[in-house]
Amino acid sequence: MCGIVGLLVKTPALKQQLGQLMVPMLIGMTERGPDSAGLAVFGEPLEGSARKLSLYSGLTDDGADFNWHGLTHALKEHLSVDAQIEVKHNHAVLTFDVSPDMIKKWLREHHPRLHILSTGQTIDLYKDIGTPTQVAERYGFASLTGSHLVGHTRMATESAVTPDRAHPFTAGEDFCLVHNGSLSNPYGVRRKLEPFGIHFDTDNDTEAACRFLEWRLREGDDLETALQKGFEELDGFYTFLMGTPDKLALIRDPFACKPAVVAETDDYVAIASEFRSLAHLPGVKHAKVFEPAPEEMYVWNA
Amino acid sequence: MERITFDLASTPLREVNGYLHRLPGGDQSHVDVKNPDGAHNIAVGLDQPVTVEIHGHAGYYAGGMNKQASVIVHGSAGTGVAENMMSGKVHVKGFASNGAGATAHGGLLVIDGDAGLRCGISLKGGDIVVGGSVGSFSAFMAQAGRMVICGDAGDALGDSLYEAVIYLRGEAKSLGADARFEPMTDADLKTLGDLLAASGMDHDPKSFKRIASSRSLYHWNADANQEY
Repeated sequence: MCGIVGLLVKTPALKQQLGQLMVPMLIGMTERGPDSAGLAVFGEPLEGSARKLSLYSGLTDDGADFNWHGLTHALKEHLSVDAQIEVKHNHAVLTFDVSPDMIKKWLREHHPRLHILSTGQTIDLYKDIGTPTQVAERYGFASLTGSHLVGHTRMATESAVTPDRAHPFTAGEDFCLVHNGSLSNPYGVRRKLEPFGIHFDTDNDTEAACRFLEWRLREGDDLETALQKGFEELDGFYTFLMGTPDKLALIRDPFACKPAVVAETDDYVAIASEFRSLAHLPGVKHAKVFEPAPEEMYVWNA
Repeated sequence: MERITFDLASTPLREVNGYLHRLPGGDQSHVDVKNPDGAHNIAVGLDQPVTVEIHGHAGYYAGGMNKQASVIVHGSAGTGVAENMMSGKVHVKGFASNGAGATAHGGLLVIDGDAGLRCGISLKGGDIVVGGSVGSFSAFMAQAGRMVICGDAGDALGDSLYEAVIYLRGEAKSLGADARFEPMTDADLKTLGDLLAASGMDHDPKSFKRIASSRSLYHWNADANQEY
């Protein structure tokens, strides 16, 4: 079992309250996923060719005492890169204006246990083990701002309870996916992708779905075409919620084995595994509430 | 008649269900539940002719295992509403999620909106009337009882059906193994008319089709080569 939540605000004023509205949604899914939690938030894109990485130091020997400023100094010294860093506990967002591949290669060589959570111009990603309340407090989720976000509470069934196996998963840039369910063919999907040079960080089944869909997008499919190929390729139980810089997308397997409910008003679209995570939202009593149908694509624009 | 209101925003659900379970025999009181906010297991296991009105969206198993009571959900219901109902009535004014009325032995489940997948799975004698459409695999292995679908049905309607009967007004995407259309008899029209009246649905019984089991799966057929 797991819980998924998603929120996309249509009213610009609500962007400032995105985190505040979402935290009770995430905590509402604690019974479905008490072992880990995470979210990806999409905000204003960085200017020009600037990129940012979300990084997690909890797996390094220094943990939350990781020397983040030492990292930016070393990047300056080794690669002549001016990087800015914003630190929250064992998490940091590193911003720079060079190829992210170069930085990631350097990080893997010099800090192999520093986990790269996400890459892009709009996405910030947080995930860790602990209850949703603990994780939300650790990273100050309530103060997050942006246009939309994708969140997850995990009750692990397919791989171990570790921060890197928590959701959301990302691949490429500015793409993330959360999953409630279990895939029956993740290794088949992996074997299909690995010959293309696609690297996997974990043994988690959801990562296979995430990398498959991102690969299709990178190969030129639009989101709808990629999701259609997902229906054909991915076998098992799933409700997937995905985020891109300007979209939230939801699909459910043909048997609708895993739940989802949507509440839509003029101000927002909110998605959760169960209504109890939506009950606190303003105006939800008059919202259009519906259950997404199996094997249908639901895409909302930010 | 006594009328009591519980507000789930301030009262634990266990207190509400405990109150309903301790009611004296034959109690016909009227209970309102405010702010259900998607909580699971509201008004489960009732065994008195009480009326419970849930004002909002209910979570999983609302009115589950119901006996005698009348449970009304003024909103939608989550997975397994009226699951294993024995008698009484559960009325969902909005839509219902998957597995509505699963294994119900008796009573009447009315869903004004759509029902999700596997509605009435393994139905054992209860009646289900759905004002909208039902999802795939509805009435799977339904053994006894009646299921009325005023809208359409998804795939594999009535798969491996036993002696339950389905009345369908719209179209089924596909029928399941062993389910077949049969002519409506006068007895069917009477039964269906009564069910529609009891559910407050305004449709002409003549606009429905009957689906029942062809009973070809009742006995092992070695020549079927596992193809049905």
